[in-house]
Amino acid sequence: MNKRSNEPFLWMLFSAGGVISALLLPIHILLFGLAFPLGCLDAPSQEKLIHLIKHPITRLYLFTLCSLPLFHWAHRFRFTLYDGLQIKHLNELINVFCYGGAVVGTALAAYLLWNIR
Amino acid sequence: MINPTEYVPKSYHARVSTYWWLTRWVYLKFILREVSSVFVAWFVVVTLLQIRAVTSGPADYGEFQRWLRSPLLLTLNAVSFFFVVFHAVTWFNLSAKAMVVRVGGKRLPGIAIAAPNYAAWAVASGAVAWILLRG
Amino acid sequence: MANRITIEVARYHPAHDEKPGFDTYEVPLRKEWVVLDALNYIKDHLDGTLSFRWSCRMGVCGSCGMTVNGVPKLTCATFLSDYAPGPVRVEPLKNFPVLRDLVVDTSDFLVKLGKSKPWIIRKVEKPLDEEYLQTPEELDAYKQYSMCINCMLCYAACPVYGLDPLFSGPAAIALAQRYNLDSRDQGANQRLDILSQHDGIWGCTFVGECTQVCPKNVDPAGAIQQYKLTATTEWLKALVLPRGGT
Ligand code: SF4
Ligand code: FES
Repeated sequence: MNKRSNEPFLWMLFSAGGVISALLLPIHILLFGLAFPLGCLDAPSQEKLIHLIKHPITRLYLFTLCSLPLFHWAHRFRFTLYDGLQIKHLNELINVFCYGGAVVGTALAAYLLWNIR
Repeated sequence: MINPTEYVPKSYHARVSTYWWLTRWVYLKFILREVSSVFVAWFVVVTLLQIRAVTSGPADYGEFQRWLRSPLLLTLNAVSFFFVVFHAVTWFNLSAKAMVVRVGGKRLPGIAIAAPNYAAWAVASGAVAWILLRG
Repeated sequence: MANRITIEVARYHPAHDEKPGFDTYEVPLRKEWVVLDALNYIKDHLDGTLSFRWSCRMGVCGSCGMTVNGVPKLTCATFLSDYAPGPVRVEPLKNFPVLRDLVVDTSDFLVKLGKSKPWIIRKVEKPLDEEYLQTPEELDAYKQYSMCINCMLCYAACPVYGLDPLFSGPAAIALAQRYNLDSRDQGANQRLDILSQHDGIWGCTFVGECTQVCPKNVDPAGAIQQYKLTATTEWLKALVLPRGGT
């Protein structure tokens, strides 16, 4: 088969990210984005969160939560730009923007989570 | 002998409109499903900011929480919530269509694949909420 | 029920039209009439110059596909009364070049279909007097895909095909799957080589409308996703065992 095509790899990231986003993002947005700021529920204190975040499992969890969904976005957004706006001729630019963005976000997540004292 | 000129029929090629996704409801639903990814990315950005705020101390985290309480952010997150739930529902339903699981030679119906997805969604959400809200 | 209905039919004559326009006809609205009956009525009684394709008028030949009120349909299986009081708009299948009126040029589909190698490939053929036995379960594995009648409604419904002429498209991939899943076939690798290329399957964004419009419940959208999964598995295998497999 055409071994140079990296579409299978990107598709794998896209699918994994789709699962993670579907399973976990709704509750994160509901709590941190709506319920806590609106005061419907008591927000956890910073001490509690820092305590949680120091645990390696939480870090791994947050790393997954930040990286894979970004690749999911990159994939979908790339095709939305191709098909929805018909700008496939800007292919290179789109790829750099989408996957570049996902890589930068992933690196940022790794950096932030690694550097917790 | 007849002149063997190859007959090339003239034909009309319609160009796909840039706004094809507005022409039918199913296409619009599709594009909204794809656009949900933008809100996915948005909340990842929020989460990254949150990690930074939490790790840089109570003062910064207080500032971050105040930022989340602004009307603009609340609206944005309400919209994001809607889109991400839309993503979750369409994702679970479609994965049931994309996967073929055979038990004893018979293909399992889609619902038998979608149901565990929804169960996993409930369990995962419950676990996250429990960890954050307990104590 | 009113006993007449208005039909707007797309007309295009390559010799003297720049682009298609519409002609409007009034036809009897009978309970048992399908859109194709209305077109035949027009051709027989109102305007003999109207061109369209049909053959079996029973949903098996796949030649009467057209766009009815914006949706790809087999006109021999689409009842007029479902569109009462009208008007009904009949156009050629989308995403294909129009040759005349409701007749489209299907060459692109036929080329793509051929590339999928929709026939049984054997490394070694059995002697003529030996049979290829198949259990009901083995038949069941591909039966759904074998129902395809090449009507191309799925191509007309697919925005990706309309935008990206390199995309293999729904039915060609579903038919590749039909042979890949056949226990008698050994050509899966050959098909994968062709279809897993950049635009063969990866352009599909799972709009899913191909499956919705398919008159034979083939589910090409599902076939494409399953094919992506297969291609990804093969890709991983090639990564882990660069020389093995195949
Ligand atoms: S898959 Fe369905 S819609 Fe597509 S050509 Fe075959 S029968 Fe027609
Ligand atoms: S005329 Fe044969 S499928 Fe409609």
